[in-house]
Amino acid sequence: MSGAVLLAVGVCAAGTYALRALGVLLASRVTLPEAVQDLVGRGTVVLLLALVATSTLFEGGGGAGAARPAGVLVAGVLAWRRVPFVAVVLVGAGTAAALRAVGVP
Amino acid sequence: MFILANMRSFWRTPLVRDALLVAVASGVVGVAFGAVATSTGLPWWLVLLSSLVVFGGASQFLLVALLASGAGVVAAVLAALVVNVRFLPLSFAVAGSLPRGRARWLALHLVTDETVAFARARGGASAFTLLGVAQFACWNVGTLAGVLAAGAMGDTAAWGVDAAFPAALLALVLPALADRAVRRTAVAGCALAVAATPVLPAGVPVLLSLLALGPAALQLVRERGTRTAQVAS
Repeated sequence: MSGAVLLAVGVCAAGTYALRALGVLLASRVTLPEAVQDLVGRGTVVLLLALVATSTLFEGGGGAGAARPAGVLVAGVLAWRRVPFVAVVLVGAGTAAALRAVGVP
Repeated sequence: MFILANMRSFWRTPLVRDALLVAVASGVVGVAFGAVATSTGLPWWLVLLSSLVVFGGASQFLLVALLASGAGVVAAVLAALVVNVRFLPLSFAVAGSLPRGRARWLALHLVTDETVAFARARGGASAFTLLGVAQFACWNVGTLAGVLAAGAMGDTAAWGVDAAFPAALLALVLPALADRAVRRTAVAGCALAVAATPVLPAGVPVLLSLLALGPAALQLVRERGTRTAQVAS
């Protein structure tokens, strides 16, 4: 069992490093026109925000309940109002924790 | 005394304080990972090894869960790698913030959602390296603590740690949404990813969000086409 699992971790590590390296190698090979660089920058925002949305709403195969989305929503509002970063994150987590403490899933 | 005063002001820099917060949150998730992975019966050294060499939280959780559920090794590895395909476009975008020379090959390993967002929001190389090193250290120390505490640990969800991550990413990305075109693309991408999540394997929906760039990319191609045509005539 241990041998197969070690192989799995090893291949996963090598593959993940290769993906990270490929992105950087591509960036050093290709010089993109300004308009395309702008598009890549926009793509980063799209990727990260999509990650925020899916990891807020889903857990494993199902929904993530209500406490986490509520916490992230509160954090989003605070960030929009330019509340300092640390407060945004702590209040977001605190909101989720408080809701769970009173029985919200 | 001077050193002490300098150190104190170092820790109080917003950059350092914010990076530490994200890193500590990572550490707490690392504790959860260590505990969960150990409880599935994986050998402790393998759990530690995976945090050191993979350094991608979501993919590590998925790999362990699939292996524990009896999925084949090949299927488990493929699924975990699909989750990490987003590192390709992310490291492409953050390449300018990585150190030059040999250090670059080490720094590559520190490309995570958080380090990319942090470098983007806080202007570059020092932000990337600072959070990268801190996050890597916390993630691995956290994993070790989780392995040691496996079984004795409460539920980290009670602390809302699972909400801290999307909250931090959102706070880092939000200023970029002030631009109307960016906002529209990002909202469309989110809708695509959320709609696809129930039906597609983990990792794919987030990549699918890039389709929202389609119209902008098409327009770019069309503009270049007309410019070339003008030059030709």
